[in-house]
Amino acid sequence: MSNSKILANSVDVYYGSKQALFGISMDIKEKEVTALIGPSGCGKSTFLRCINRMNDLIEICKVSGSIKVDNEEIISDKTDVVSLRSKIGMVFQKPNPFPKSIFDNVAYGPTIHGLVDSKNDLEEIVHSSLKKAGLFDEVKDRLNEPGTSLSGGQQQRLCIARAIAVNPEIILMDEPCSALDPIATAIIEELIDELRLNYTIIIVTHSMQQAARVSQKTCFFHLGELIETGETNKIFTNPDNTKTQDYITGRFG
Amino acid sequence: MFFWSLVLIAVGIFSSFIYGRSRIKLNSKKQGTKSKSLPTYYAQYVLMWCLFPALIVYFSWAIFQEQIIQNIVISNFEFIEGAVYNEGLLLAEIRNVANNPSFADGKSIEIINAASHYSSLRQISQISFYTSIIIIMLLGALYASRKLKPEFHAQHKIERYIQYILIFCSSVAIFTTIGIVFSLIFESLRFFAEVSIFEFLFSTEWYPFIPIREGQTAAEGSFGAVPIFAGTFLVMVVAMCVAAPLGLLTAIYLAEYASQRVRKTVKPLLEILAGIPTIVYGFFAFVSVAPFVKAFGQSIGIDASPTSALAAGMVMGVMIIPFISSLSDDVINSVPQSLREASLGIGANKAETIKKVILPAALPGIVGAFLLAISRAIGETMIVVVAAGTAPNLTGNPFENVTTVTVQIVVALIGDQEFDNPRTLSAFALGLVLFVITLFLNIIALQIVKRYRERYE
Repeated sequence: MSNSKILANSVDVYYGSKQALFGISMDIKEKEVTALIGPSGCGKSTFLRCINRMNDLIEICKVSGSIKVDNEEIISDKTDVVSLRSKIGMVFQKPNPFPKSIFDNVAYGPTIHGLVDSKNDLEEIVHSSLKKAGLFDEVKDRLNEPGTSLSGGQQQRLCIARAIAVNPEIILMDEPCSALDPIATAIIEELIDELRLNYTIIIVTHSMQQAARVSQKTCFFHLGELIETGETNKIFTNPDNTKTQDYITGRFG
Repeated sequence: MFFWSLVLIAVGIFSSFIYGRSRIKLNSKKQGTKSKSLPTYYAQYVLMWCLFPALIVYFSWAIFQEQIIQNIVISNFEFIEGAVYNEGLLLAEIRNVANNPSFADGKSIEIINAASHYSSLRQISQISFYTSIIIIMLLGALYASRKLKPEFHAQHKIERYIQYILIFCSSVAIFTTIGIVFSLIFESLRFFAEVSIFEFLFSTEWYPFIPIREGQTAAEGSFGAVPIFAGTFLVMVVAMCVAAPLGLLTAIYLAEYASQRVRKTVKPLLEILAGIPTIVYGFFAFVSVAPFVKAFGQSIGIDASPTSALAAGMVMGVMIIPFISSLSDDVINSVPQSLREASLGIGANKAETIKKVILPAALPGIVGAFLLAISRAIGETMIVVVAAGTAPNLTGNPFENVTTVTVQIVVALIGDQEFDNPRTLSAFALGLVLFVITLFLNIIALQIVKRYRERYE
């Protein structure tokens, strides 16, 4: 498999004078689920947020190095952040639907990007996105109710529907299940497995079982460094590095 | 005399504190047990029992002494048959003579007698004042000292007393408000006894002139307040036309675009605007803005008067900018960061995020800020007194002279007015209307802001 979707090369991140990531290099393949694991504060979310330039929102955050998405450099002043982000969807730790109706939540992206010409097209996109996120059957009769009225797990699937409505190629997930109960978590995990067929997915997770269940590749971060990366099976059964071994067997973290 | 009594009380509470502390230490040593609370709580206990009774005596003397003495002097006064007395003047005369014996020359014997009676009563009152303060403090300390045993929970008592003190302090403000409302209502009722409430609320003629002397043939006064309400409304609308866009856009800049450093500098600077005395805004409106408005009006062929709704409204708008910008900035800032990230993460740019996500989410709070600003604008006095004029014109033309509720209240109360004619009393009716409107606006605004806060907590 030589089709690299994302290619990171010695990425350093500073928060003010404090360095958070040290020379991260990574190769992420198309249409795979890559899990980023590691103890809290190890920089896995920071790395994730570099990929869609979300760190721009933090005034004191400085990113250097190179990340290429589809062979195009994105750590550069010339990068069109808006089109980059429309290509890379993001799902956050806490479900964050807009205080709008379920329909408007999903329609938001297609509308601002001018993806649709008619009301029917918009409806079509909203319905298909909700279907892909496995939410349509639960909400089809109440699309005009506020998105915040859904349960936590439904809200998170709504956020996934909102992200895939703009037809991205990559989906970043920042601990998408940490605020959900086990049943909702299982539903989302199943959904991730289905989405893998069409999207490249990078997921940050604290749960090693989750990483083992949903991902094909796993990257282990520790104290801002990428310690080990490889096939999920291998990382969880026979890691090369003792730190990885210690972490996945629960000796620290 | 009241100064020295304060010194006396201070000495009393100081010594009671010292006494209480040493006494409890002594008592617990005698019994060989540790006291339940720290010694300083016992000391405070004695102190409070000393201080509060003394304060009650102090204030009752301050309030009632003069009244009681005057009543006694008047009731013992040897009135001469047939003569007409004005009680207030008589008392003033007696007091003058008592305070300054050189005024006694040429006064009648009754006055001089009464004055010496007055002086002796004051002396008696003073002596009994000091003695009762000393006695009451001693009694209080005695009562408290009997409780100074190690098994007594002084701290619990102190906490209870402190709670009472806090309740008392907070009720002062509440009772004052209630008192103000009642005085407004009663004076307004006197006004409405003379002028019908329908005329006041719906008639469009405001000529609050009434004959001052009997037989004077001035026109009957007419009290239709509609032009006044219309003027207030016009000035408020002008003010909001200035303040709403400027304030809101400032808030958006501060909350979404400005760097932390700029925000930290600019926000307090803006809030200084709110601290400028409004009369200074009034000067500004009258000296700088009003002539400009007049000149501008002439240049476009409108005859503007030297004071106008536009001048006053524009300056008032500047005055309320900080209310809107500061409150809206807080509201926009409290929209969760996760919503911003969600919108930006989909690829929306900053303007789209603000327009389609942030502002709709913050809207209730922003409306609340606007309502508070409006209620501030219609209650504002000095700017309109100086710059809006006093003519009760019923007009929608902002270049004309108008008058507002607050201006008319000032006009009605200026000068030597007895509180017995409808012209003066109209101030209270106008005040009542103003009070009801602003109260209503504030309640709605606070409700909106509160509901909004709940949604994101």
